Amino acid sequence: MAVHKTTIKLTKAHRIRSDTSESVARFEIHYHRCLNAEGLPVYSLSEVASDPERLARLYRAMMLTRLFDTKAVALQRTGQLGTYASSMGQEAIGTAIGTAMRPDDVLLPTYREYAAQFLRGVSMTEILLYWGGDERGMNYQQSREDFPISVPVASQTAHAVGVAYAFKYRKQPRVAVCILGDGGTSKGDFYESLNIAGVWKLPVLFVVNNNRWAISVAREQQTAATTLAQKAIAAGIRGEQVDGNDVIALYDRMRLALARIRDTHEPMLIEALTYRMCDHTTADDASRYRPDEEVEAQRVYDPMHRLKRYMLNNGYWDEHKEQQLNKACIDEIEAAVKAYLETPPQSPQSMFDYLYEDLPDALKVQRAHAAGRKRDD
Amino acid sequence: MTEVNLVEAVNLALAQEMAADDDVLVMGEDVGINGGVFRATINLQKQFGTTRVVDTPLSEAVIGGMAIGMAAQGMKPVAEIQFMGFIYPTIDQILNHASRLRNRTRGRLSCPMVLRAPFGGGIHAPEHHSESTEAMFAHIPGIRVVIPSSPARAYGLLLAAIRDPDPVVFLEPKRIYRIAKQEIEASGEALPLDTCFVLREGSDITLITWGAMTHDTLQAADALTEEGIHAEVIDVATLKPLDMTTILESVAKTGRCVIVHEAARSGGVGAEIAAGIGEKGLLHLLAPVERVTGYDTVMPLYRLEQCYMPDKQQIIEATKKTLEFV
Repeated sequence: MAVHKTTIKLTKAHRIRSDTSESVARFEIHYHRCLNAEGLPVYSLSEVASDPERLARLYRAMMLTRLFDTKAVALQRTGQLGTYASSMGQEAIGTAIGTAMRPDDVLLPTYREYAAQFLRGVSMTEILLYWGGDERGMNYQQSREDFPISVPVASQTAHAVGVAYAFKYRKQPRVAVCILGDGGTSKGDFYESLNIAGVWKLPVLFVVNNNRWAISVAREQQTAATTLAQKAIAAGIRGEQVDGNDVIALYDRMRLALARIRDTHEPMLIEALTYRMCDHTTADDASRYRPDEEVEAQRVYDPMHRLKRYMLNNGYWDEHKEQQLNKACIDEIEAAVKAYLETPPQSPQSMFDYLYEDLPDALKVQRAHAAGRKRDD
Repeated sequence: MTEVNLVEAVNLALAQEMAADDDVLVMGEDVGINGGVFRATINLQKQFGTTRVVDTPLSEAVIGGMAIGMAAQGMKPVAEIQFMGFIYPTIDQILNHASRLRNRTRGRLSCPMVLRAPFGGGIHAPEHHSESTEAMFAHIPGIRVVIPSSPARAYGLLLAAIRDPDPVVFLEPKRIYRIAKQEIEASGEALPLDTCFVLREGSDITLITWGAMTHDTLQAADALTEEGIHAEVIDVATLKPLDMTTILESVAKTGRCVIVHEAARSGGVGAEIAAGIGEKGLLHLLAPVERVTGYDTVMPLYRLEQCYMPDKQQIIEATKKTLEFV
């Protein structure tokens, strides 16, 4: 694994020894990558890189997510789904997270992390129901303790700290895994959560999916910090960068981080560097604020292409397997779409049925009123 | 029986519930060795240790958010915000998450947390330490808003709040934290979270209030009794959900009503109560509903505090005005 050392530039006052000051702290952020854009190893690889079955599982998760994404956008464009946030080009991050986590860990995702959610057992039908305007899409039947997608950016970082506190309090060897975006690292919630996780040594992994764009605001406009990973340093916790389009490097680093957190209860932050190949959501038009050339230049770094090239180079993969996998994914997606489209809507009174454990008497009149309402469709 | 004041009753409820249930945890700024700035959590850390009585960094937003994470894991966190003036960073977490977690997951996850904070004026506190903004929370669907006004109700309502399976904002009227001691039976019995308390029965007029103003309202009722006016006094106590049934029954009996609250007038909970009386109790009314409230101003610094706070005399005057209406 390649490790490029990036030394954070300290202020002039810190660098120059003088009669009145001395350096009291120095920090480094490491950047990790295994494969280059052509799928060629840039450094020695871990055992997963020589395990065709595990590689195929990683590849499958990325392909399923990408094909799902394409389908979801098509459903939105044809009026069969509400606003949808695509994860195009960022599938490696969720794939690595979802593969490295244990079933009894807890995931606290933002939108755009479907790969991780699918691997955790969230169904494609549930994700479609959610963006299709139905709360039942957050009642995950498999990963019962995972949090639903958090829309208010970085607010889930605080929940992750609380979940991790409960794990530590009950002496459970579990980890809370919280995903947020580059824009989220500008929020106070994020800094406060990192700070508390650090001071209490809580078993939480923060993963920053740095896709370079927070809707129309570029990463460079979010912060003057050289890396987002170094924000962890200020909270006294470890932070590192990983190539977010290199699923092997991501998986290795996530696995190591989770093992270390489980062992030491020390939190960690991983910044995964990727690129948002899509609009922010289907309601966005990214051509208003970023040049097509920038997007085109990113295509060579595609995470699926990179892993496929590596597998082809090593004889782990061929076009027949590719086509078989493609068909299997499409069949699975079509079945999920069918189940979504055939799901009858909830009753209007369901608005009241999960508001409290027991509906207060004061709301029963409103519930009865809602029962008489008709939907538009 | 134990004789305690209101803040001691809070402490007693916390201690008993922590002893009874390992999932109950207290956290907030200075709640540990310092016992809270009002001593609501005094001696708890000594008794239950630093993992259950947790001094947090200065992070109100994340105090609210962490409680959600803990609660989703089945713990019962009781988070303290030191003063209501500092509670606003938690509103994002309460409004966007705590109040909605059960609903958005269709019952898969829930949020049995309590957010405690002292509120209200009258103690010559610094800026930002005296506001009464309970209406902001009472507007949020999916939570409960509870305000005790006596040691016994502080004890019983806090027990109920901790045991409740949904998020509860528990606001403590700090002006009456130590105003009087009361014998309470610390039997571990909780009070209902959806019922007003009729503190005094009367046939001439209904005085509706909550929090510290309950104290002034009872004094006004005493003075009115001497003049032969028998006021019924209701402590709303649970502002959300609001028990309009008890209020309407009382107004049906007396036909006259004064609502008393320290908070600013516009959009206050008093307006909701008055509207509810208008909707369901209009034909029982013999006079317009009067409100005695704080002004729609910024809470002044303490040299003008007494000119802002509603007082006993205003309650007496509003009562007489209502009674004189023909």
